Amino acid sequence: MSGRRKLAMLIGVLAALAAWAPFAGPFAILLITQALVLAIVAMSLDLLLGYTGLPSLGQAAYLGVGAYLTAILATRYGFGMDWSFWLVIVLGALAGAATAALFGLFAIRATGVYFLMITLALGMCVWGLAYRWNSLTGGDNGINLPGRPEFGIRLADDLTYFYVVFGFFVASLGALHVIVQSPFGRSLVGIRERELRMRVLGYNTWLHKYIAFVIAGGFGGLAGVLLAYKNGLVSPEDVILTTSVDVLLMVVLGGPGTLVGAALGSAVVVFLREYLSTLVHWWPYVLGGVYVLTILYLPGGLMGIPEHVRRWRLRSANH
Amino acid sequence: MTGSSGFSRKLAAACAALAVTAPAAAEELRIGFLAPMTGIFAQVGKDMANGFQMYLDETGGNFGGAKVTLIVEDEEGKPPVGVRKAEKLVRQDKVHMFIGGLLAPTGYALAPVSTRLKTVYIASIPAADDLTQRDLAKYPYLVRTGWTSSQPHHPLGQWACEQGYKRVAAVAADYAFGHEVVGGFQKAFEGCGGRIIQKIWPPLGTKDFGPYIPTIKQSADAIFSLMVGPMALQFPKQLAASGNKKPVLGGGTSYDEFVLPAMGEEVIGHVSALQYSAALDTPGNSSFVKRYRAKYGKVPSYYSESNYTTAQMIHEVMETSRGKWPGAAQFVKMLSAVKVDAVRGPVRLDEMRNPVQNIYIKKVERRKMFGYEKDELWNTVIKTYPDVGQFWKYGKQQFLKQPVYSRDFPPCKYCE
Repeated sequence: MSGRRKLAMLIGVLAALAAWAPFAGPFAILLITQALVLAIVAMSLDLLLGYTGLPSLGQAAYLGVGAYLTAILATRYGFGMDWSFWLVIVLGALAGAATAALFGLFAIRATGVYFLMITLALGMCVWGLAYRWNSLTGGDNGINLPGRPEFGIRLADDLTYFYVVFGFFVASLGALHVIVQSPFGRSLVGIRERELRMRVLGYNTWLHKYIAFVIAGGFGGLAGVLLAYKNGLVSPEDVILTTSVDVLLMVVLGGPGTLVGAALGSAVVVFLREYLSTLVHWWPYVLGGVYVLTILYLPGGLMGIPEHVRRWRLRSANH
Repeated sequence: MTGSSGFSRKLAAACAALAVTAPAAAEELRIGFLAPMTGIFAQVGKDMANGFQMYLDETGGNFGGAKVTLIVEDEEGKPPVGVRKAEKLVRQDKVHMFIGGLLAPTGYALAPVSTRLKTVYIASIPAADDLTQRDLAKYPYLVRTGWTSSQPHHPLGQWACEQGYKRVAAVAADYAFGHEVVGGFQKAFEGCGGRIIQKIWPPLGTKDFGPYIPTIKQSADAIFSLMVGPMALQFPKQLAASGNKKPVLGGGTSYDEFVLPAMGEEVIGHVSALQYSAALDTPGNSSFVKRYRAKYGKVPSYYSESNYTTAQMIHEVMETSRGKWPGAAQFVKMLSAVKVDAVRGPVRLDEMRNPVQNIYIKKVERRKMFGYEKDELWNTVIKTYPDVGQFWKYGKQQFLKQPVYSRDFPPCKYCE
């Protein structure tokens, strides 16, 4: 499929989603919003995992930093409940990026499974702070937000809020797409394929990876702000390892190195976790089964299916 | 003209159809129930749901003419999941009320949802003190039918004084619920002349108490522990293995009937306090235990009893309203006025919508109860404090002036 046709298809799907939203049920709209927020985190991780080859297991940390910043500003200073919402968005993204800038200093030196372990540990540090720093984060009680912002438009309305999140999702997708298509993005792919070679070619690979790490943190922080307003509650459960693992699996499930795949993975995981769990009590088995089957049979994730089908057809045609 | 009259006829028919269906719909009472069904708390969640379900089964799901539809959702023991499931129950299933949540933080997370969606929330298990204390004004649709964390532990502090204990060391799970339980015990115990000489806070989920047990001061007369889940099983074992000879007191969840069957000789003689004991020797409870055990194969815990009683209280309201849903605000008012003779004893709500009830001081004993053949561990009631409210003997005004119990409040002024 040509690039242009892919783009047309993507725009078609997004437009259909936006057009369908007003007709979705009141619970469905919340789930879609949830999926879009997590899709932003998953896409940010895809920048690391899919394009740079860095399997981070601590992406929830930046989500948490953004979310807690939002909740603390809203409850202590009443900040972010009107037009200052936009400022909180910027602050959240900056806080996520700043945290990543700090963590990157420790993490980027490692590769492969060691990188995985370090990011996991750093992520757990953020969880530990959320859980234990009672005076700031409310400990395991978390923080209840006073509501959603209102600045001419009332974000308390779930449909309105969906469109805001949808806007941020499309913008994030666009921005990340531009980044991965840029020369900088190509150099990340080069690092993923063979770092030594890139270094020999004169690239400062450490710096490239570091910058990618910080950018991913920024998008994580942004998603955190959106998540906090969406749920009306920030809890250590949002920052816990499970969230990081979920995000990693969203990317793997959807297909790393595709961005759109991460969003698709997010949709599937949120559907299974939040919707299937309202129907049957054995939903964790389905979730587990989907993960196992994907990793065994779909190394390219869901986005790899068309490629699989084509190859399978070619093979059967040759026989 | 024929067209128009045809239309009006159709309209009339539609109205008639509406008129017929509307009362039928009003006589359905839709109840959402939140309990962990997967994850480490799944078994507790089953106890909760079973308690409620048993009441429905016994009454045929008929509350004063209203047919009860119960929708159970899995909250996984995680506050954010609880919030999403509550949203689902209200928005998609259009429930009249939602009940439950297991952990205290889940209670704190669900209460604002009830305010936002103007739907009744009954906290049958979450015990976070402030829900019905300093924060109550924010939650007009909240009613609690369970307990506050500190409620049973005020009397336990008093009881400890009566035993002549002067110096107690506390070992408790380090989270809000643990802080509130220890806070309640400390306030009452120090109020009658005792001293908390040490507070040790192992993290929630600790399994190896090796680093903590040796630090317990030898000068203590007794040990107060607050454990939950697997911690409750490990702590007494390791304490006994360390050669402890001191009497052990515990918070309600350290020895509730949910953990008791998995315990051994090491807990015999330990004393705890709660609003319910399965060994409560009343005809009502004896029958309840037998029915529950016959149906679900295990002794009911307070998780089961609390939800059973919640169903009973809702039933009471619906009887009064003759099966009509009175509207959320009115329902809260009516439920607050309900007085029931519950399995746990008489229960009524105070003006801050928290139960006033008996608190039982219980001692773990190995014995036969209710005609069962085998010797088993039971929480024998050794003293009853009747009519205990959440403010104990301090008075509401006075009590609410102090901050909520926390790791640092009351301050440990006798700590050595």
